[in-house]
Amino acid sequence: MEINELERMARAIRRRDLEAVYAAGAGHIGGEMSVIDILTALYFRVLKVYPDQPKHPGRDRFVLSKGHTACALYVTLAKRGFLPEEEIATFLAPHSRLNGHPNCNKVPGVETNTGPLGHGLPVAIGMAKAAKLSGAGYHTYVVTGDGEMQEGSNWEAIMAAAQFGLDNLTLVIDHNRFQQGASLADTNGLAPLRPRLEAFGWEVAEINGNAMAEVVPALEHRASRPYCIVAHTNKGHGISFMQDRVDWHHKVPNKDQYEIALAELSEAL
Amino acid sequence: MNAPLSQPKLFATPQLFDCRDAFAETLEALAATDETVVAVCNDSVGSSKLGGFKTKFPERLVNVGIAEQNMVGVGAGLANGGRLPFVCAAACFLTGRALEQIKADIAYSNANVKLVGISSGMAYGELGPTHHSIEDFAWTRVLPNLPVIAPADRIETAAAIRWAASYAGPCFLRLSRVGVPDLLPEGHVFELGKANLLREGGDVTLIANGTLTHRILTAAKLLAERGIEARVLNMATVRPIDETAIIAAARETGAILTAEEHSIFGGLGSAVAEVVVDHAPVPMKRLGVPGVFAHTGSAEMLLDEYGMTPPAIADAAAALVQRKG
Ligand SMILES: Cc1ncc(C[n+]2csc(CCOP(=O)(O)OP(=O)(O)O)c2C)c(N)n1
Ligand SMILES: [Mg+2]
Repeated sequence: MEINELERMARAIRRRDLEAVYAAGAGHIGGEMSVIDILTALYFRVLKVYPDQPKHPGRDRFVLSKGHTACALYVTLAKRGFLPEEEIATFLAPHSRLNGHPNCNKVPGVETNTGPLGHGLPVAIGMAKAAKLSGAGYHTYVVTGDGEMQEGSNWEAIMAAAQFGLDNLTLVIDHNRFQQGASLADTNGLAPLRPRLEAFGWEVAEINGNAMAEVVPALEHRASRPYCIVAHTNKGHGISFMQDRVDWHHKVPNKDQYEIALAELSEAL
Repeated sequence: MNAPLSQPKLFATPQLFDCRDAFAETLEALAATDETVVAVCNDSVGSSKLGGFKTKFPERLVNVGIAEQNMVGVGAGLANGGRLPFVCAAACFLTGRALEQIKADIAYSNANVKLVGISSGMAYGELGPTHHSIEDFAWTRVLPNLPVIAPADRIETAAAIRWAASYAGPCFLRLSRVGVPDLLPEGHVFELGKANLLREGGDVTLIANGTLTHRILTAAKLLAERGIEARVLNMATVRPIDETAIIAAARETGAILTAEEHSIFGGLGSAVAEVVVDHAPVPMKRLGVPGVFAHTGSAEMLLDEYGMTPPAIADAAAALVQRKG
């Protein structure tokens, strides 16, 4: 897909995500809105994936480590043909396979179960290391939240990736500057991320993670070392009153707010 | 063990309460009179209801960020430095993520740290098995030095928090957010390792704690309508378990049913069974999550599906009575 088509797709995914969270009465809409441009670029341009053969051995691997934004992943997977789009209506419903965090044993296209923060990167390093051992050509991508980077497990993994020389791994940090209860700066500030990653031996790019024209080339870039994209994003991106407001981490819009948000996202379509 | 409550309030006042509010109020009251009280958390100010504490005692709220292993270690260090830390986090991450810190830094070191697991059991419902904490009794009750306590209502929650502050040693308090009715009398004083007799009966004993206590009490009422008199024990303390009450129940009623918002492996039912097997073998039935990762649904829905509606508990108890010798 070209950049303008990807932008249209991202807006459609935002809209469907908003509808699903509103209907379910729960979700993590702020972090979903911030990450959707990255997910869209991955699934509709960058990743080599096979919706009719989700376990194709040569597929690129993608891990959504910030598993609380599962709904955005479900919508993206549905739009890409991994599951029926109608099924999004079952998000969080009793017995649905679409619960609040992605389940790889139930949902096609999900590689590993996430939900507890700080798990995705170590698993992604195992995937990339496996490709090195087997000679497989796939690339591994993992997206973490910025608050999630407070977990020590991530830094253990960052050291391992450099030690293993994993040039087939891309970490995207969704740097929306907010976590659950407050800003990172008021909790456990990690900024600036770039020099920290560089000090651990990674190549680092910084981009506007909500600008498709910057997201695509950054994701397509291949480095000679483990590679991290610090994606500067807005929590709640695309919905004016949610942007950069911490309470929208997991708040659910009321009817009026829902209609305003829907109108804003539709206008852009 | 106390005398049976003449009038359990369950049937009179069906209003439900979130025990986190009682926890937060009690902690704030303790902090107001004891300047050593500190709260430690992992970006969980809202979910642990620490907003009021943060406003009143901002310098005594230690928020380490999303870093549970660090959080528990920091708690141990704060205790070493003479503070009285209440380490508050979602039960799943507190116990699952930081289990080795709990073992080495808290239990083995015997650090005076109060671990408060919030939204335990399946309280996170639709968020799925990563967020369910139905293994925490099993993981914590094997650790020496670490009392494990799951209060049944807001009154027992407040009493247990007060007890914890006065107890010189670590403990794990397992709280929920699922609404429960008042069961224990106002002014109830928590005693470690002592069950509360909520109903007298001689045909079978029902034992539960946490969110299941009110369900077994209702089941006992249904059993009475069928001519079966059930003894009902609220057993908040899973370790040290009330051996005296369990042995008496086995000898005097001849059958024991347990129910818990936890896996049937390793929890309250297992702890009761260990005592029964060693001291007074009688038929038992353990109700709980049957050793599976739950599917999508609320805690209440899942408890119902796993056979813990009051009528299903009553049926299981009636079947158990049939097995008595
Ligand atoms: C180990 C662990 N601790 C705590 C949580 C609860 N939690 C869920 S989302 C979240 C905040 C995440 O912030 P961030 O990584 O910045 O994600 P985003 O802003 O993209 O939503 C927290 C603390 C969790 N899921 N896992
Ligand atoms: Mg964030």
